[in-house]
Amino acid sequence: MTRQIPWTRRALTYTLLLLATMFFLGPVYLVVVTALKDPATIRLATAWQLPETWHWQSFAIAWEAFAPKLRNSMVLAVTATTISALLGSMNGYILSKWRFRGANVVFPLMLFGMFIPYQSILIPLFIFLRDIGLYGGLGGLILTHVVYGLPITTLIFRNFYAEIPDEMLEAGKIDGAGFFGLYTRIVFPLSISGFVVVIIWQFTQIWNEFLFAVTLTRRATEPITVALAQLAGGEAVRWNLPMAGAILAALPTLIIYIILGRYFIKGLLAGSVKG
Amino acid sequence: MRRLTRDRLTAILMLLPSLVVLGIFVYGFIGQTAYVSLTNWGRDPAQALALRPELAFVGFENYTRLFSGFLETRFRQDLINLFFFTVFFLVGTLGLGLLLAILLDQNVTGEGFFRTIFLFPFALSFIVTGTVWRWMLQPRGGVNLLPTYVGLPAGEFEWLTTRQQVWRFDWSQIPAMTSLLVAAVLLLLAWRAWRGGRHLRAAVMGGLAALLAAWSFTLGQSVALLPFPETRGFNLALIGIILAAVWQMSGYTMALYLASLRGIPEELREAARVDGAGEYQIYRFVVFPLLGPITLSAMIILGHISLKIFDLIFAMTGPDLATTSVPAVLMYLRAFRGNQFADGAAIAMVLLVLVATIIIPYLWISLRGEVRR
Repeated sequence: MTRQIPWTRRALTYTLLLLATMFFLGPVYLVVVTALKDPATIRLATAWQLPETWHWQSFAIAWEAFAPKLRNSMVLAVTATTISALLGSMNGYILSKWRFRGANVVFPLMLFGMFIPYQSILIPLFIFLRDIGLYGGLGGLILTHVVYGLPITTLIFRNFYAEIPDEMLEAGKIDGAGFFGLYTRIVFPLSISGFVVVIIWQFTQIWNEFLFAVTLTRRATEPITVALAQLAGGEAVRWNLPMAGAILAALPTLIIYIILGRYFIKGLLAGSVKG
Repeated sequence: MRRLTRDRLTAILMLLPSLVVLGIFVYGFIGQTAYVSLTNWGRDPAQALALRPELAFVGFENYTRLFSGFLETRFRQDLINLFFFTVFFLVGTLGLGLLLAILLDQNVTGEGFFRTIFLFPFALSFIVTGTVWRWMLQPRGGVNLLPTYVGLPAGEFEWLTTRQQVWRFDWSQIPAMTSLLVAAVLLLLAWRAWRGGRHLRAAVMGGLAALLAAWSFTLGQSVALLPFPETRGFNLALIGIILAAVWQMSGYTMALYLASLRGIPEELREAARVDGAGEYQIYRFVVFPLLGPITLSAMIILGHISLKIFDLIFAMTGPDLATTSVPAVLMYLRAFRGNQFADGAAIAMVLLVLVATIIIPYLWISLRGEVRR
């Protein structure tokens, strides 16, 4: 760019960016500082000051308390993400490459499922899971996340596969490939970045989810979000533990975001129907 | 070709399981919730948790009680809370998101760094955000201490626990106020039509606006939704929750706006520059008008997230605090803490109707455009 930008405007831009950065990172600073303080020295009045001594034990204690919950979350998120991504890929392949009559009706009806407030299906879902013996376990929660993850994974894959030229599939058909042959030989190998987007998106959503987690699990199977809400919600709580817990709960999705941010933004943009 | 038809059949058969399961889990379950909302499930504690509860059909009794019951006042305040939360949340995220996107659009060094920082809260759980901001908003710490670092007295506001309420009004004034609001919108549209030279349309809209306004000041005043006066208002305790929600979600609108801004061809701006437009005018007359569609999409996505807001409030103030409660929280309390399943179902149905009124037109418009293409 050769255009001259007056220095006053540049200064204003950077000042505002700096203020915004402080707004977004302020809470992070406070969390880290609080988590690293000796609980006995945590005072409201000195909340923003650095710890006098670095106290790492809170992480050890939080880890001990949260390790089983983190494992629950990990099992839940990995399993449900994998299954819903695979199913979504198949559905997206069908809806974009095997258009059938009625698809224009079926697809919006599927999509509506990702916008509904889940409160409106929660009571029958709870009864259903109880009746088939899955209430309270991780299995029920995985099933729930797979089912309600289908609309978004199908949507992302459908938009993704729309980019694959139909001619490629026609060529495959001439070579004698059928429905599955076309999928395994042409579509699936081209899906890697689609899978990355979907997996990141679903993993983040499921890891962070709370409503299903709090209503459909018991103590032993609850994911990290429920455990954190309970720890932080208790009265007269020492703040170092919730803060250390919050960091532990945030780390997996944060790491993914920082490493694979580009794909994360793609998923975010795909979330608005048009893609 | 026989082979092709068999493949088509396979395709439909492969899709069928997903369709059936979603049909049951979405539409079947919604139907069941609708049915439960018309029963008395939970009224009798003995039946509440029975495996096969005996339910009696009570019609719209649950809804009537929620909207006009003398003892059931919390639901109405929850609706008001939801309204104010949604309005300020939308204004906050759209405003801050647009500002950040414009700032990043100025060829700044380290754009990627800033973008990462502004968007990272979006990767967090609302539970994490809520836990963190609960600590930030402690009355004698966190945010309230910040003024002391620039020599001002510490803030006194009791963020999450205050019981202050402003903009108080009688619940029965809602029809009158709604029609006044619609009149204002019509008036705005009339003004735009007039400027655009469509005088007849402007006159019709203006007339309708006048009619609605007249109604709200005369007959509208005597509408009684409740047999008793009931004062509602904006609970200031919500400000803290709005702040945390804006912190979490404005990066999302920034990303949407930034993607849109990058889609505007540089030639367009260059042309305006050649015509002598200043930077401000370029934004006002070239850039902003092109951001309309993405703003609408963002409003709908954020709006439906806002209507469903639950986790954040749960983490910041817990489900029991009525001043910051919304229908989604009340539904959880009633159905899963109190076993009042019929009440919970009725609240859930109200929530569903609210979300559906914005999502169905959105899906309709987005997908119709796609088919035509």
